[in-house]
Amino acid sequence: MTPEQGIKRRKFIGVITVLIVFIIAMFFVSLSTGVIQLSPLDVLKTIIGQGTDKQELILFDFRLPGIVLALLIGAGLAVSGAILQGVTQNDLADPGILGINTGAGLAVVLFIFFFQDTFSMTSTISAFVMPLFALIGAVFAAFLIYFLAWKEGVNPIRLILVGIGVNAGFSAALIIFQLKMDPQDFRQATVWLAGDIWSANWSFVFALLPWILILIPIVLHKATSLNVLNLGDDVAAGLGTNVERERRLLLLLAVALAGACVAAGGGIAFLGLVVPHIARRIVGPTHQRIIPISTLIGALLLMLSDTIGKNILAPTEIPVGIVVAILSTPYFIYLLMKTK
Amino acid sequence: MIAAINHSRFLKIIINIAALIALAFAIGISVAYGAVDIKLSTVWQAVFEFDANLTNHQVIQELRLPRACGAALVGAFLAVSGAIMQGMTRNPLASPSVMGVTNGAAFTLVIMLAFFPNVSNLGLTLASFTGAGIAVVLVFMVGSYSSNGLTPAKLALAGVAIGTLLSSISSIISLHFHLEKEMSFWFAGGLAGTNWTSIQILLISGGIGLFMALMIARSITILSLGEDIASGLGQNNILIKILGIVSVLVLTGAAVSIAGTVGFIGLIIPHITRFIMGTDYRWIIPSSAIFGALLLVLADVVARLINAPFETPVGAITSLIGVPFFLYLARGSGGGK
Repeated sequence: MTPEQGIKRRKFIGVITVLIVFIIAMFFVSLSTGVIQLSPLDVLKTIIGQGTDKQELILFDFRLPGIVLALLIGAGLAVSGAILQGVTQNDLADPGILGINTGAGLAVVLFIFFFQDTFSMTSTISAFVMPLFALIGAVFAAFLIYFLAWKEGVNPIRLILVGIGVNAGFSAALIIFQLKMDPQDFRQATVWLAGDIWSANWSFVFALLPWILILIPIVLHKATSLNVLNLGDDVAAGLGTNVERERRLLLLLAVALAGACVAAGGGIAFLGLVVPHIARRIVGPTHQRIIPISTLIGALLLMLSDTIGKNILAPTEIPVGIVVAILSTPYFIYLLMKTK
Repeated sequence: MIAAINHSRFLKIIINIAALIALAFAIGISVAYGAVDIKLSTVWQAVFEFDANLTNHQVIQELRLPRACGAALVGAFLAVSGAIMQGMTRNPLASPSVMGVTNGAAFTLVIMLAFFPNVSNLGLTLASFTGAGIAVVLVFMVGSYSSNGLTPAKLALAGVAIGTLLSSISSIISLHFHLEKEMSFWFAGGLAGTNWTSIQILLISGGIGLFMALMIARSITILSLGEDIASGLGQNNILIKILGIVSVLVLTGAAVSIAGTVGFIGLIIPHITRFIMGTDYRWIIPSSAIFGALLLVLADVVARLINAPFETPVGAITSLIGVPFFLYLARGSGGGK
């Protein structure tokens, strides 16, 4: 190991440590804030089993599942964005902008629309079935975008423009279906569209957890392919990579992550866009480092946004997707001005 | 941009007259169909031999006729403002909804509704002009600070970003002040609330915008050849651009304050019009107005009938029509490079 690599490695470990400290601190802030304030001491007491019944109820049944979901969704979306940016060689790719979120959302809304009588929406079954529907919707959207953008190859700019168009089309279809629902289902559907995790419960957490725990390590394992693909198709092919096959596999991973996250937390846009950029700024272009850092920053950012949304205008709860958009669109616009 | 067919002057006039007749017929259909179907002959009588004692005549005069006229005006204004934007920027994707202008107008509307609940209709219209202006200025600022200028992809992305930012802030305000219902109307886009007062506002403000657009039509044709050529021909490009932007703001602001965010009309119609009418904006602007009016009146009829008795937002219908067209543009000149 050269001295320079040693410094980079130490910096990488340092950044990870700092992020984990931030996440733990934010975790406690998030647990103690809300409509009913709890002191950090009360939170600690309750966690080790010394709290009152009421405190236990608030923490374990209401706040904790939401916070854990925020962590998982943030991580998943950020990694999905990192893959998409690497694969398309486009700095502005994101599951939200490309229309994958809306595709998943449409599938979820169709599921609610057609099976509203069969399942109760908060039941455990639907918590496991809905991510599957979201995944189908996300895959369908990704396939459609890839197909429509194909014209002797897929050019990154065309991909983004087609994504914007497909997104608008799905949104329009969504509105039409939503308005045909009864008010109860309408609200349920709106949850997905605004990007909101307030209906969180443990079954959603357990439905999403396996996706994140299985897919992110696979992505990390594929980080070398991402590095190679990021050099451009010609170089990648020259280095002996089967470009199209690797690209499709990685796209599928990105889409699966985004689909599962949308099922649990709705269409949260811009998170997957901004986080990988911040990660790249901190640790450079190697995906072995970008992926873990993105996971942590994504988790932190979504937990932070969720806490802000719940508290800044209390008792009004602001959907987390809106907070993310307000926090990250200025940075996106800045990126837009910088990219060629 | 799509290559134009060179029709003769005579044929162009015929096409425009045919479109006007179709528009009159569409307005007739729009007035006749609804929760209660009314015969076209009754529509005719209600307009020309109005009898205040007949319910059907009252429904037509007070509800359906203003709505149909509102649809026609909103469609015309959005189409013309898209035509001016595309002509001035030479960008095939330039249009009010792609550039986030409609979201900007809705943004200031919600601010007015939240902080000045007693504001008059005129105040709301003025607010939506301002909001449209904020969005245009923001998008152009992003463009002028960008390294390569506003390519079609950048314009679309800047529009998405600024539109999202403004509509996110709007949602927060509407959530906090419990204005979700009022705002969902604007964001979905609909003509249900149109009455004769809103028609008056539309006619006055939009009329000014339309007049300005027609005044600069010839200069926009020259500008669409490229800025260097235009200034070589002795044209004051800055003045034309300012006049153009003002008329875009007035037209879009008026349309959004009445109908909310109706997407894609300003994108599709100018392309279709250029395809039929050629490259001269003295033809494109008035024809865009007629075609835009026709499209939105028909879209509004579809919006009412597709899921009757419930209304579907007309913005959803125009999006569904507009998206394939947007994709076609994105695959062609928009994303070719």
